[in-house]
Amino acid sequence: MNLAAIVLLPFFGALLPLLLRHKTRIWITSSAALVTLASLTILLLAAPATLNGEVPQLMVPWLPDLGLHFAIRLDGLSLLFAGLILGIGILIVIYAHYYLSSRDDSPRFFAYLLLFMGSMLGIVTADNLILMWLFWELTSISSFLLIGYWFHQSNARRGARMALAVTGGGGLALLAGILLIGNIAGSYQLDAVFAAADQIREHELYLPALLLVLLGAFTKSAQFPFQFWLPHAMAAPTPVSAYLHSATMVKAGIFLMARLFPVLGGTPEWFIIVTLTGLATLLFGAYFALLKTDLKGLLAFSTISHLGLITMLLGLGSRGALLAALFHILNHATFKAGLFMISGIIDHETGSRDMRKLSGLRKAMPFTMVLAVITSAAMAGLPLFNGFLSKEMFFTESYQQDLFGGLSWLVPVLATLGGMLSVAYSIRFVHDVFFQEPAKDLPKDPHEPPLMMRAPVIILAALCILVGVAPMLMVSGLLEPALAAVSGTVGEIDIAIWHGFNIPLLMSAFAIAGGIGIYIGRDELFTFNRQFDHHDAKEIFARLVKRTTTLSDAFMQRIETGSLQRYIAALLVICLVFVIPELFKIKALTGDRPQLPVDFISMIGSIALILAAFGTAIFHRQRLTSLMMLSVVGLLVSLVFIRFSAADLAMTQLVVEVVSILLMILALFFMPQRIPRASSGRRVARDVLLAGFVGGVVGTLNYALLTRPANTISDFFLANSVPGGGGTNVVNVILVDFRGFDTLGEITVLAIAAAGIHKLLNNLRPFMPSSDVDGRPWHSTTHPLLVQVVAQTILSLALMVSVYIFLRGHNLPGGGFIAGLVTAAAMILQYMANGVDWVKSRFDYNYQTLTSVGVMIAFLTGLGSWVFGHNYLTSAFTYVEWPIVGKFELATAILFDLGVYLTVIGATLMILANFGQMTTRHRPRQEGH
Amino acid sequence: METLYAVTVGVLTACSVFLILRGRSFPIVIGITMLSYAVNLFLFSSGRLAIDQLPLIGKSETYTDPLPQALVLTAIVIGFAMTAYAIILAVRVRGEIGSDEVNEPNHPDSEGSR
Repeated sequence: MNLAAIVLLPFFGALLPLLLRHKTRIWITSSAALVTLASLTILLLAAPATLNGEVPQLMVPWLPDLGLHFAIRLDGLSLLFAGLILGIGILIVIYAHYYLSSRDDSPRFFAYLLLFMGSMLGIVTADNLILMWLFWELTSISSFLLIGYWFHQSNARRGARMALAVTGGGGLALLAGILLIGNIAGSYQLDAVFAAADQIREHELYLPALLLVLLGAFTKSAQFPFQFWLPHAMAAPTPVSAYLHSATMVKAGIFLMARLFPVLGGTPEWFIIVTLTGLATLLFGAYFALLKTDLKGLLAFSTISHLGLITMLLGLGSRGALLAALFHILNHATFKAGLFMISGIIDHETGSRDMRKLSGLRKAMPFTMVLAVITSAAMAGLPLFNGFLSKEMFFTESYQQDLFGGLSWLVPVLATLGGMLSVAYSIRFVHDVFFQEPAKDLPKDPHEPPLMMRAPVIILAALCILVGVAPMLMVSGLLEPALAAVSGTVGEIDIAIWHGFNIPLLMSAFAIAGGIGIYIGRDELFTFNRQFDHHDAKEIFARLVKRTTTLSDAFMQRIETGSLQRYIAALLVICLVFVIPELFKIKALTGDRPQLPVDFISMIGSIALILAAFGTAIFHRQRLTSLMMLSVVGLLVSLVFIRFSAADLAMTQLVVEVVSILLMILALFFMPQRIPRASSGRRVARDVLLAGFVGGVVGTLNYALLTRPANTISDFFLANSVPGGGGTNVVNVILVDFRGFDTLGEITVLAIAAAGIHKLLNNLRPFMPSSDVDGRPWHSTTHPLLVQVVAQTILSLALMVSVYIFLRGHNLPGGGFIAGLVTAAAMILQYMANGVDWVKSRFDYNYQTLTSVGVMIAFLTGLGSWVFGHNYLTSAFTYVEWPIVGKFELATAILFDLGVYLTVIGATLMILANFGQMTTRHRPRQEGH
Repeated sequence: METLYAVTVGVLTACSVFLILRGRSFPIVIGITMLSYAVNLFLFSSGRLAIDQLPLIGKSETYTDPLPQALVLTAIVIGFAMTAYAIILAVRVRGEIGSDEVNEPNHPDSEGSR
């Protein structure tokens, strides 16, 4: 589990700074540093095995059906990157403590940073491609948060958004590529993928997979032409830039290429695409780095350039090139992190990062100057610094390749040109800032930063020299297993400072001399450059985004017209489009099932039902009439249920009908009384046509269904109702026993609807006319005596009936739903007859509580069966002798039904009583406006 | 009998769809209620039509399919909850914007506030 801890610690640790929010800043920083340190310690403890050539692995199945496992490996490549991430990470944490001002929200900063760190560690240690992709996307998200850390600045927000869009988009391409690879290999586990390398390279989908993976890598590592997001990400706080653009974020793309090199590399396609992209990026970045006036801008483009260099080496793909790539990854991370920190120090202590303003800081900041000279020398690739070694190796490789045939000589020439530019901008970084006349109009008086802010840079600068002087001692142990992981062959490596006088040395000399020359002649270069029209990537990106949103807005406006009628019509038409072709497939409309004869009463009932339905539709503008017609429909429907052997349904329908009609009459009171003007004839014609079509299709479907033999699962319920559920009313037993879990869900829905209604009525100021449209006041007697008397008489009767219906429910038609509705209806009658206040003074129950108690009882009854070791909602029953009543069955299901009963009462009354209450409040004299 | 039943369900559906396509909230609520009747009848009929075969063990020789009944029973109650929610929503809208119009006020389909 140790391996998992390396990755997971930062994720959980991200909570620490947030939990310590109220402590002083040192606590917060220390917590972040401790988490990093802990993770680093575990990594170091695991490292010896890897250094000895083993590959520690860990696998916890996660979603095996998808091929996704939480699988971690720590091979040489993982170790190299994880070491960088954590090693530089801890320096960044220390540096950030001094960089962030007390006004910044440092807990949030460190939480994001740790989140990002964990995601990066996940990428480099993942042993499963999908898992790696997950972490990949997490870095996109957490880097978005980091870049946009100062979210009050618009350029931070825009930079963050751009980075997310580009790297996130690349991530999607990467996912597609990974899926292709996994499909070919038959697994997403790295070992299996490596084993299937030849198969993948020979597969016809190799090229699409390669392109997709490279798209992911190039966007992440800011390779040409996707480099444009990186400079804008410089809006982030400098510690973030130092971290993201030296050791982590942009190296993820490099890592991906290195990781998949054994699988995808070595083919002509790989070579052409990766090498040329790298070369183009190298030159592009180096050229623009020289032109930048912002310190961080210079470093940003230099980062792009160095990433291009590494990419190119990976493209070349020889053993030496791979070693050089890995070595340069390490070197670049060291000097670039240091340089970013120095630019942050300069910004922090002078208030400016503009090289046109800064100059002559050597007097005020001599110590910082030394550090800047060392790290810049490493960046330029001067001898005895680490950058020199890897650059020398790069020159060797570019010179030794012969992959472009007759034009192969171009590669070393262009590489030398890149080297020259690199020297030139490195000189510029030091010379413009620290030498020449001291600047006078700086926002702050420059001075040295606190020692602890310099400390991380000192460590990095020391590493630059130590590695540069004694490379074999310092890094060969680390690079050997990493190279083995990438190239697939184990072997000794040899990095020497002195190879004798040879071509690469000459190239280095040219680069240094040329670089000095370019720097001296830089003014001409700037003038030359000014004649070009430079497009700001941000503007182009913004325009692109805007065009996309305009397009989708236009599209949305076509669909979302703001007319409910059109939405519904569209929905219905779509339904018809899907259903009608299915009807065509039916050979004969009438099935084999013998049909029932039509009797006179059914005939009359149907005709009445049809007439009432038409009446409801035709008179829809005389609302009360329409409502009365609807109630006729509802009552006849309950008769239909009776007719076709569904007594429970008939009873439920009857009571629900009463309650809903009451509710709608109440609602009528709040609706406009004047009849609105009619719809246009065309619209009515269209609606009639559509309605007729839908009705016709539904009727046809129903007919086809009814005349075909049924194939039912209910035989089980009928057979087991008495022996298994202890009740003869199968419908009720299904509700409270066989399908009790469904019922639990349904009463929960009912409770939620009631709660929603309760909330909707909150603070509602409905229109409440005190008279009808013609100004006649409502009748003054609100509660007629006759109704009062009848209602009170009925109440006790109704309660008794409901108890009876409830108790017999298990064996005869009845049960919790019906009994609850009967009780609720009786209570509503009291409200109507006597008014809200009258009921409240006698029956002061909170309906919300009642509803929740009901749901809880049903839920806990289910849990009860767990206590006895049965499945959820298993019921138990026994028979007892009751005096007078006789033999009576006592089932736990009845307790469940009690829950249903209470929920139905509570919910129904919550809806109606709350709503009815609205009518009794203060009323305006006349209908509003 | 099956034909009669199917025709009835078809007519109920047609009338309720017509109501739902109206531009004001009250007819729509009525339409929704009626549509839920139609749907319930349809679902109920998936157990096929049977006369005098109540699913009460011991009360008859053969029994009709009890499962659609159980499903429709809860559907009726939930249908009520939905109708109630729609009604209250309509009242709330009427209270908030003073109209029972369901289209956006500026839409060509709008029939005016009263």
